[in-house]
Amino acid sequence: MLDLPPLTVAAPLAAAALLAVLGSHLPRHVVYLVATATALGTTGIEFAQLIGSWPDGIVHWFGNWSVQHHFPVGIAFTVDPINASLACVVGVLMVAALVYSWLAIPQVSHLYHVLMLVFLAGMSGFALSGDLFNLFVFFELMSVTGYGLCAFRQTSSSVLQGSLNFAIVNTVGAFFILLGIALIYGRTGALNLAEIARSLSGHRPDGLVVVAFVFIMVGFLTKAGAVPFHFWLSDAYAVAAAPVGALYAGIMSDLGYHAIATVYSDAFAPTFAGTATAAFRDVLITVGVLTVVVGAVMCFLEADIKRQLAFLVISHGGIFLCGIGLLTGQALAGSTLYVAADAMMKGALFLAAGYVVVVLGASDELLLRGRGRGRSHLPIAAVFTVAALGLAALPGFGTWLSASLIESSASSVGFGWLPPVLAAGTALTAATILRTAGRVFLGWGPAHDPLLTSSQADEPTEGEPSEEERHRLTLWALVPTTALLVIGFGLSFAPELANYAISAGRTFLDTGSYVDEILRGAHPVAPARLPGYAPDAGAWAYGAATTGGAIVLGLVGLYWQSLPARIHRRLIAMIEGPIVFVKALHSGRVGDMVTWLAAGAVALCAAGALAFR
Amino acid sequence: MSRRQRLTLFSVVALGLSGFVLWAMTDLRSFGDYAGTYGVLLNKVGVSERHASNVVGAIVFDFRGFDTLGEEFILFSSVMGVAFILRSSLKIKDQRPLDAVSNDATRTVGGLMVPIVLIMGLWLAAYGYVTPGGGFQGGVAIASAAVLVWTATSYRAFARLTPAPTLDAIEGAGAAAYVVVGLVGLGLDGAFLANFLPLGTAGTLASAGSIGLLNWASAFEVAAANILLYREFFQEYVQTFPGVREER
Amino acid sequence: MAYYPFVVAAVLFIVGLYGVVSSRNYIHLAVCLTVMQSSTYLTLLAIGYVHGGTAPIYVGFPKHTRAVDPVVQALTLTDVVVSVVVLALILALTIQAHKRAGTVDPDKMTEMHG
Repeated sequence: MLDLPPLTVAAPLAAAALLAVLGSHLPRHVVYLVATATALGTTGIEFAQLIGSWPDGIVHWFGNWSVQHHFPVGIAFTVDPINASLACVVGVLMVAALVYSWLAIPQVSHLYHVLMLVFLAGMSGFALSGDLFNLFVFFELMSVTGYGLCAFRQTSSSVLQGSLNFAIVNTVGAFFILLGIALIYGRTGALNLAEIARSLSGHRPDGLVVVAFVFIMVGFLTKAGAVPFHFWLSDAYAVAAAPVGALYAGIMSDLGYHAIATVYSDAFAPTFAGTATAAFRDVLITVGVLTVVVGAVMCFLEADIKRQLAFLVISHGGIFLCGIGLLTGQALAGSTLYVAADAMMKGALFLAAGYVVVVLGASDELLLRGRGRGRSHLPIAAVFTVAALGLAALPGFGTWLSASLIESSASSVGFGWLPPVLAAGTALTAATILRTAGRVFLGWGPAHDPLLTSSQADEPTEGEPSEEERHRLTLWALVPTTALLVIGFGLSFAPELANYAISAGRTFLDTGSYVDEILRGAHPVAPARLPGYAPDAGAWAYGAATTGGAIVLGLVGLYWQSLPARIHRRLIAMIEGPIVFVKALHSGRVGDMVTWLAAGAVALCAAGALAFR
Repeated sequence: MSRRQRLTLFSVVALGLSGFVLWAMTDLRSFGDYAGTYGVLLNKVGVSERHASNVVGAIVFDFRGFDTLGEEFILFSSVMGVAFILRSSLKIKDQRPLDAVSNDATRTVGGLMVPIVLIMGLWLAAYGYVTPGGGFQGGVAIASAAVLVWTATSYRAFARLTPAPTLDAIEGAGAAAYVVVGLVGLGLDGAFLANFLPLGTAGTLASAGSIGLLNWASAFEVAAANILLYREFFQEYVQTFPGVREER
Repeated sequence: MAYYPFVVAAVLFIVGLYGVVSSRNYIHLAVCLTVMQSSTYLTLLAIGYVHGGTAPIYVGFPKHTRAVDPVVQALTLTDVVVSVVVLALILALTIQAHKRAGTVDPDKMTEMHG
């Protein structure tokens, strides 16, 4: 069991190195076989690790360097059920992405597989690490492979714009993290999260600790796509190839939020104890709500399917952040389950969007109006609709169960106003997908909509698929997509899942026992009994609101121009100003993005400084 | 935002950011007053535990060897990424070199320097755990010997000396070797990247156990990766010459 | 001055950030990122310095000699590799931008917006 954590990283890396040496000489199918088999194997290891991490967690010290003279000398992977399940999500999505690629782009260079396998290793390590600098190294590994994969198949300048913005903004974020790490090292002399916690506890945080933590948070928020660090995300995710986008959207962004939860609860929670905890809660929820709202609104105002999905990722990421920000075990459990279930839906949608681009020839909703009609497109239409309903937290889906966990936790800590906001964001984003599905597959709604940002060029931003690809892409490509949907749906039926998750969430937030386990080798006290959670009436109301709201808003999105002229004109007059303003902010210019990043950093520092004065 | 609006917003933000950064930095211990536990502890135990007189090398390849694995693969993936992005199978080995250096002094001195720099790079890499140096530093020096070939002669000579498939193989082998050594440590000692070779005497080449293996693995990987990177960029440069025929 | 290296690091960070924000050329932007990176190197190494400490290389002098912090040096080594790598990627993308889009001005690459 102790051997598993390094294998989640070592196996894909070894396979990647092997493919780099031999790949150009091997036939494509062998390369795909090796890559997919490695991804499957790694996923298996990750599931075994998940089971083994209950209830005590697994700690692996690299190089056999653990604690010497009361100080952690080596690097540790600290696996608990929460981050082990995120690692499993990474594995599952990678398998689906590779299978989809095998079917959709069978003749791609072996470099693609090498990069994907290293990406897998990077994300797995990022989820599991218990050392601050090691977290940064895996963050960079994940990012660098991400930049390379984003620019794959560049045939248009929008791909280059997306990749450059991605690389530059994320790199600036990484510098903030580095500076934060340097400052913390200067204060505590340690890089192990548990040791940092021990060193900082008992002291009131001063300027250095606050700024260092904010800087580390800024870097992770940039990767995750929180507002105002999110401007690069819509450009990059819109141009990435479908399988790569599925990975970005499904899990890469959410790992950024998880890293904040890890660094906070494993290293900074003791020093932030007291009134500062409430302030931290407020800050995270403010950022989260802002992200949900901006993401949802921008999502609804886009006509390009992949940009819609990008803003959907941003908005749902905000929901995840709110769940973390509530700082309760139950909300964290809900967030993690939400990430897992939502990842399946988002991943499936990205793959489906890729399929639509190849089969229907464009990615713009308005251009595609009606092109999806006909029985041959029934499967893809079904995928879109089911995924949209899953995103809308239709009761029965894993997303509903996790949303209900967050919702009930929010009410219990005095944030009763939060669930309606989250419900509105969920409804609006799902409505966008339903609207798209209606317009493309049923031909509903007009072909012009002045409020939607549309490229109006008959060329998908991803790159023109070749004729050969159009022929090759059969319905088989929908198999991995459907598999993801089934998993996302079925998660809510896993027995006692919510209860295990809540228990794991509470243990995650218990810094004291974490420090004891890492530094003193103490065995954590096993939880006495699993909590007995069952979704209550409020959860059903939430699910009904989000789903019903999604359907209603989707119809509004399709038919708003058919409203009587007076209402129509007044509506436009009311919302045009703010819409134009928000859209203008998303200028696509990297200089603006970095300015907003810095502005966000200053705002968070100011909030932190106020919390401790 | 217009450019002027952006710069105005940024000036305000920069003031705030500088303030916060300086506020944080002045809370650090003043320059020269380092008192952390980690460094002092490793200085104390580095030599006795691992018989490696270069404690930084011991940290890079042993105490925090896992970070170095990540770093190696970062380099590895970026080279793959650059190859992916700039892929152009330019076959100009048999064309007349248009960028050939004609100045005799440059050719002679440059040519003489190549083996000197190469040997220096190999020495830096070999003694990495004894004296300052290491796989990364040595690898970069070796790669600069290759750049010197280009500077002193022409792209054609450089391309002939550094065939891409060989470099790909060396890079992949170096990266794989690092992971394999780690896995052997996992198998033998229960921890990934555990040191499993005899430790020898500090201060000599035969010391530090498997740090030596990791050191060489990274030297090869870094050298090959850097040369591949330069190769891609030189190809782009050579393509700007008029009359260069592109054969794909 | 007790904090001089840290102040220099802060200045480098802000100046580099300004360069990134105001840049009109991707190559200039990439170099400004390098300047920002230098500030992190400087911070790390300055944190580890010990007055009167030698290099942490114990060849030829006794083990208990006071030496500077070796950990930050290892961290800086990783940091340098990371920065080279990102620089290479950004420059490769810039070359492609010049070839395909005909420009290296970040403010002109705005095909996607809104």
